[in-house]
Amino acid sequence: MAGAVTTIRTAPKGGHEGRGTALTEPRLVRWLLLGLALTFLGFFLFVPLLLVFTKALEDGWQTYLASVTEPVALAAVKLTLITAAISVPLNLLFGLAAAWAITKFRFRAKGFLITLIDVPFSVSPVISGMIFVLLFGAQGFFGPWLAEHDVKVIFAVPGIVLATLFVTSPMVARELIPLMQSQGSDEEEAALTLGASGWQMFLRVSLPKIRWGLLYGVILCNARAMGEFGAVSVVSGHIRGLTNTLPLHVEILYNEYLFSAAFAVASLLTLLALATLALKSLIEWRMSR
Amino acid sequence: MVETADKRLTQKGKVLPSPLPVSTRKGRRFPGGSPLPGFGLSLGFTLLYLTLVILIPISTVSLKTATLTWAEFLAKVTSPRALAAFELSFQSAFLAALINCVFGVLVAWVLERYPFPGRRFVDAMVDLPFALPTAVAGIALASIYAGNGWVGSWLEPMGIQVAYSRIGVIVALTFIGLPFVVRTVQPVLADLDPEVEEAAASLGAGRAMMFRRVILPELVPALATGFVLAFARGLGEYGSVIFIAGNMPMESEITPLLIMIQLEQYDYAGATAIAMVFLMASFSLLLLVNILSWRRSRRLSGNA
Repeated sequence: MAGAVTTIRTAPKGGHEGRGTALTEPRLVRWLLLGLALTFLGFFLFVPLLLVFTKALEDGWQTYLASVTEPVALAAVKLTLITAAISVPLNLLFGLAAAWAITKFRFRAKGFLITLIDVPFSVSPVISGMIFVLLFGAQGFFGPWLAEHDVKVIFAVPGIVLATLFVTSPMVARELIPLMQSQGSDEEEAALTLGASGWQMFLRVSLPKIRWGLLYGVILCNARAMGEFGAVSVVSGHIRGLTNTLPLHVEILYNEYLFSAAFAVASLLTLLALATLALKSLIEWRMSR
Repeated sequence: MVETADKRLTQKGKVLPSPLPVSTRKGRRFPGGSPLPGFGLSLGFTLLYLTLVILIPISTVSLKTATLTWAEFLAKVTSPRALAAFELSFQSAFLAALINCVFGVLVAWVLERYPFPGRRFVDAMVDLPFALPTAVAGIALASIYAGNGWVGSWLEPMGIQVAYSRIGVIVALTFIGLPFVVRTVQPVLADLDPEVEEAAASLGAGRAMMFRRVILPELVPALATGFVLAFARGLGEYGSVIFIAGNMPMESEITPLLIMIQLEQYDYAGATAIAMVFLMASFSLLLLVNILSWRRSRRLSGNA
């Protein structure tokens, strides 16, 4: 469901520049509203951020570095990177194909297809994980067959990848559909008229047109793939060094009261989130120019 | 697309040289109604991917539910523990979405209308709950509101226990839902025609009255969408809640956690039955969002 909101937007133009006194509030009211809004955001956004880094460094740099470089933490980093490296490109391909089909052609039940793409956003993360347990778990539909052929999906890496794939599948498509809808296909038709082949047209005309929107979708998809917790938690089995992604590793450390280690690893994920937001703002700024 | 091409070919009887024939053979149009290539490939891949990654997995919930008798299903979803979890989830998601409606409008208002140093930065940070992994948000909020935490140590002497109580659930869901209302209301606020406000001012309306009678009615459709989005997200949320909620059965156990616990106990039938109820609720909300946004777009184009 996040798609409805994360779609590329332009930065606020706002401001009171040029507004007459009748169109703005008395200075006192303005200060009060501003203060109230910033206090609310302070408590909900900035205090948690500050806390993560404070707690991470509470026991000094030595502990911090040890927490993020111990073998189990590195294994979690590796698994997180592998999961993202598989699910992001696949969802990128899916996003491109879905957006191309939806925005360039007319066919029946298109609205239904768009709603279907959005489904993973409205499913609870725990249910997103559960459905793969029902499919591939020991008592699942394909469970006996998988056991016979000695393939492990649940409580193993494939399950983690599948759950992540499900959860993040709408991310790229959600960004591309409105963008390509607004751009139309005049340039593509011109390229074809001038004799370009289908792939030439796609690579030289269509892709450059959507590159920023594509990057935007990929960044958001990546952040979600690396940070997914609920769905992955169901299918992982929490086997240390084998099936723990970074968020799961954070949970285990926290539940073992290893707070500074938990926050040290959490700070890595927080830095990822901050980098994502920075890149996102940069792209919004590029696109609004 | 086809119509325009037709026009181009027959313009004043003069046939323009176009390598894009309108139809491949007599009477047959392009698949998908456009001369662009890749209709079969892109739609085929999309449908295959949707089927494998989304449809087949999600259909297991109804397939598994179908193996239960109606009486078994009812017994699972109306057990006291399940009902308590449903109540907590719906209630806290509703309250959190309501809080976000009030503060979401305030934040959107301030960001759109009041210039202040660092506004661009604050604006970007509003998306933090989308970008921050929920587990990180969960442990951070739990530590802040615990009895010895930065805010908790200050609230607890006043008799307010946030962490490990139902209030904690609301705090976590408020964090998670924060961007939804802000980001749906903000563009509407930015697009408001200043002339309407000028007209209201010239007719003698004060700012408070103007907000209530002129601005707020314009925001209501967006606000409704934002509310439903935040509510739906809060309903299913797991990661940020489990650390701060006490997770006491019947008291502070959210529905996704109950599903998780039943899965860990290999009670797949129980977990699926509860998940089925939850999926129905989510899909109804998804439908509601689509209806709301459809009505919004119709309203916008109708007024234009």
